[in-house]
Amino acid sequence: MSAAIVPDHRGRYGDFGGKYVPETIMFALEELEKAFEEAMKNNDFKKLFQKELAVYSGRPTPLTLADRLSETNGGAKIYLKREDLNHTGAHKINNAIGQALLAVRMGKKKIIAETGAGQHGVAAATVAAKYGLSCKVYMGKEDIRRQALNVFRMKLLGAEVVEVTSGSQTLKDATNEAIRDWVASVEDTFYLIGSAVGPHPYPKMVKNFQQVIGLETMDQFSSESGGDLPDAVVACVGGGSNAIGMFAPFIEKEVPLYGVEAAGKGVETDKHAATLSKGSNGVIHGSLTKLLQTDEGQITEPYSISAGLDYPGIGPEHAYLHEKGRVKYEAVTDQESLDALKLLCLNEGILCALESAHAVAYSLKLAKTMDKDKTIVVCLSGRGDKDVHTLMEQAEGGITHE
Amino acid sequence: MNKRWTDFKNSADYRFVPYIMAGDPCEDATIELSLALEECGAAALELGVPYSDPLADGPVIQRAGIRGLKQKMNLEKTIKLVSKLRERGLKIPVIIFTYYNLLLQLGENRFISLAEENGVDGILVPDLPFEESTYLKEMCSAHHLALISLVAPTTHKEKLHKLAKEAEGFLYCISSLGVTGIRNEFRDGLNDFLKAAKENAAVPVLVGFGLSNREQILQFEGTSDGFIVGSAIVKKIEAMEKELISDREEAVKEFKHFVESMLPVYSR
Repeated sequence: MSAAIVPDHRGRYGDFGGKYVPETIMFALEELEKAFEEAMKNNDFKKLFQKELAVYSGRPTPLTLADRLSETNGGAKIYLKREDLNHTGAHKINNAIGQALLAVRMGKKKIIAETGAGQHGVAAATVAAKYGLSCKVYMGKEDIRRQALNVFRMKLLGAEVVEVTSGSQTLKDATNEAIRDWVASVEDTFYLIGSAVGPHPYPKMVKNFQQVIGLETMDQFSSESGGDLPDAVVACVGGGSNAIGMFAPFIEKEVPLYGVEAAGKGVETDKHAATLSKGSNGVIHGSLTKLLQTDEGQITEPYSISAGLDYPGIGPEHAYLHEKGRVKYEAVTDQESLDALKLLCLNEGILCALESAHAVAYSLKLAKTMDKDKTIVVCLSGRGDKDVHTLMEQAEGGITHE
Repeated sequence: MNKRWTDFKNSADYRFVPYIMAGDPCEDATIELSLALEECGAAALELGVPYSDPLADGPVIQRAGIRGLKQKMNLEKTIKLVSKLRERGLKIPVIIFTYYNLLLQLGENRFISLAEENGVDGILVPDLPFEESTYLKEMCSAHHLALISLVAPTTHKEKLHKLAKEAEGFLYCISSLGVTGIRNEFRDGLNDFLKAAKENAAVPVLVGFGLSNREQILQFEGTSDGFIVGSAIVKKIEAMEKELISDREEAVKEFKHFVESMLPVYSR
């Protein structure tokens, strides 16, 4: 598929993307775009970023053949790109390091961030500690309750965790609150967005810092297979940063790509976060994309057992790739992801995050439709320690996460 | 521009433009409050539309939005409310203050025709910067509606000059960084910013965000043509929520008294 170069100079991916923000922060987006483009042309900066990924986060992360899982499941062989083995336990750190280095380069001393499950909050707090920046993390009251461990980690790392009580008290509202903070503090503060969402240049920048996932995968798979590409690549999608990072180098290749959204209790119910399957065009957090909303345009509350997929919007490039038909987006329920998580634990000794379990669940379905000599790479975006509490509640059949 | 805007432009007063949220605490109250504000000397009215994710607003207006949403107020109903205000004799320009997603779902073309039918004079979209507003601006100009431009202390000089020159209705100068809400003090350099705006604008230059009392308002009298008050008024409405429903006549009287006490004395 030949594609137009996206985003264009206005930050557009076809109809999607753009900068729908108050005038007060327009200058900061321009300043950021300029600094980012300059940094990306600067070999010292690029080398420094690669070095930090290696010596601080432990990259490259391995590509693991899940042979017992593949055998048990039947069909295609499943490989896992082990982003769970990054420092802090998820792919989020790649982007956090990149943006923090950029913040330092721009002379900013303060960062703010939003977080849902707390993974990006932990990554932001981590890089703030590492690079000597002050850090404020906005987190919904409801998420603070269900992710107490990550809240404690952030505080231990010296970050201030600001409880967000507006709206539905989850990621959507934490992001609103972080943007509100930025509108006030924009002159000396760097907003470290955690996913491939937000106004231009954020989606482009986050993709850039996350594409290391896909680039490593391509190299590793090629060495293992003697120069081949995988027959399919699968990643979960909330805002979509691990997916866009994984897909980046494959978009121009003839490899089928699958993004997996959270179907929650089912896309036919009103308890899901399947933005592309069920959403419509709209503006959220500064970007025109697909989102879950009422006919009038009030943004509705998504649901997923996984706090990281529990987002009513999606990165604009995913909306574009969906519309172009380049990536197929599927949805997987809570139950399917829980089953996949357990199967992966039992067969491979890997406890993955509930977010990543959605990608695993879909790859198990997909593998069954493919021959034994075919291959699938799944982005295992994070580890599951943070979800143990939710898993315990599930196992006890007691309080469900809603 | 229509007669209401011409009158607004030609007024010799230091213009007072209040903001209230449609449907807060109910539609009938919005009508009475709007008329009361005109009686207090309002030169134009900003009518907010409740939205689930108002990222340019502080807590006071966020809560007003929640009350409006409970009343099932929406963009279309807000526009239609303006024709009810016109029937009751409201003569000042009315500007619909809406977030872009609501406008997008209603449809920009549909908005324009509804606005024309119902006596709306302008629109303000806080999350639609100049760079994204080309289509809406053209549509508004073609139909004699003012798309109100906002400029901030962080707006680049050249952009400020351009926006000021092209502004319709009035130029909205944001007094300080941050979301809407009451503030105790304003930043340095604000006067230079207002001066640059005034030098370039063909329409009145108004200052808004954070103004809540007579002293603050008078501070800008020499450097601007008017002022916008939102949160301070909305906060009063919030405090009088029950009375505005149960004993509206008395409540509106008290509201008028409150507004008058905030305004410079010469305002009628």
